[in-house]
Amino acid sequence: MQWLTTVSTWMIPLIILLVLVVGTVKQVPTYETFVEGGKEGIKMAVSLIPFLLGMMVAIAIFRASGAMEAVVGLFSPLLQLVGVPSDIVPLALVRPISGTAALGMTTEIIGTHGPDSFLGRLASTMQGSTDTTLYIITVYFGAVGIKRMGDALKVGLIADFIGIIASIIVVSIVFG
Amino acid sequence: MVNLIWVFMAAGGIVFAMFNGTMAEVNEELFQTADDAVMLSISLMSVLVFWLGLMRIAEKAGLLEILARFFRPLIRRLFPDIPDDHPAMGYILSNISANLFGLGNAATPMGIKAMEEMKKLQPDSDEASRSMITFLAINTSSVTLIPTTVIAIRMKYESIAPTEIVATTIVATLISTFGAIMVDRFFYSLRERRIK
Repeated sequence: MQWLTTVSTWMIPLIILLVLVVGTVKQVPTYETFVEGGKEGIKMAVSLIPFLLGMMVAIAIFRASGAMEAVVGLFSPLLQLVGVPSDIVPLALVRPISGTAALGMTTEIIGTHGPDSFLGRLASTMQGSTDTTLYIITVYFGAVGIKRMGDALKVGLIADFIGIIASIIVVSIVFG
Repeated sequence: MVNLIWVFMAAGGIVFAMFNGTMAEVNEELFQTADDAVMLSISLMSVLVFWLGLMRIAEKAGLLEILARFFRPLIRRLFPDIPDDHPAMGYILSNISANLFGLGNAATPMGIKAMEEMKKLQPDSDEASRSMITFLAINTSSVTLIPTTVIAIRMKYESIAPTEIVATTIVATLISTFGAIMVDRFFYSLRERRIK
């Protein structure tokens, strides 16, 4: 399994090398082009602030007030009915909303039940196989000024649900 | 829709805090998080500047075009309303590749850039296009081959086999990505029918 770590450490430097070598061969003014492209990043990061701040503050209020816990408690029986283990329910519900909260929960589940327990493996798989829909929508649409999102949120949330169910089924079959 | 969710979380949270006696926590969390959000945006700046700079070189050197040409048959089916030689294709592929290899900090800048290129196809509209929704669906279901963060956590808690969840993650991710594309197609066909 060592090779996996090696692959991820080598990947980025190798990509940089490839881009720079090909750029030089193709006679691109590399440094100037880099600076020109990078300038865009500053504008983007600054324009993201209100979108991220607004969304994160709302989530923080929701969580700090205890409302998130209450909603999770409300939906728990429903998800348990579909076969979601009760310890995993909070993670399943929070995963699409808050990346940091979900990562915290995953760490906690792995810490309490052990990384090689069924729950530890399930939480790991769940954490790895879906992403924070609300964050992605906020950042991607916010950065380019899309106001009417159409079906994006619906599609994203349904996809998350599919991912959660898929994780449970796959982990049950492989490690069950 | 997003307005509703936003108000539901913030207003709902405040009303809940009234009865739950957690108003002090709400107050504290509120401004702490506002602070965190600015810090997060600023810390995003470093990766945005770096990757957008590097990708600009890649674009000018024709590397993105090569990548796009290689995967064109597949990607053209997923994003039928993006013209073949449009730079959006190259950025979409870079974003997906970065996600595949767990390079989260490279994926976000390229994803934003891909969105920007797709926006250029409809400069006067602030509505999400078909391709944007598809792209978003693929991203939220997170195509990953190496879930680096999770492996790191498992190592920290002394797992006997920290990487044993790689296979289950890949299968789960494939199912959810495939599901996301199907759901996206389904909603697209609903939209089309409504217009007719």
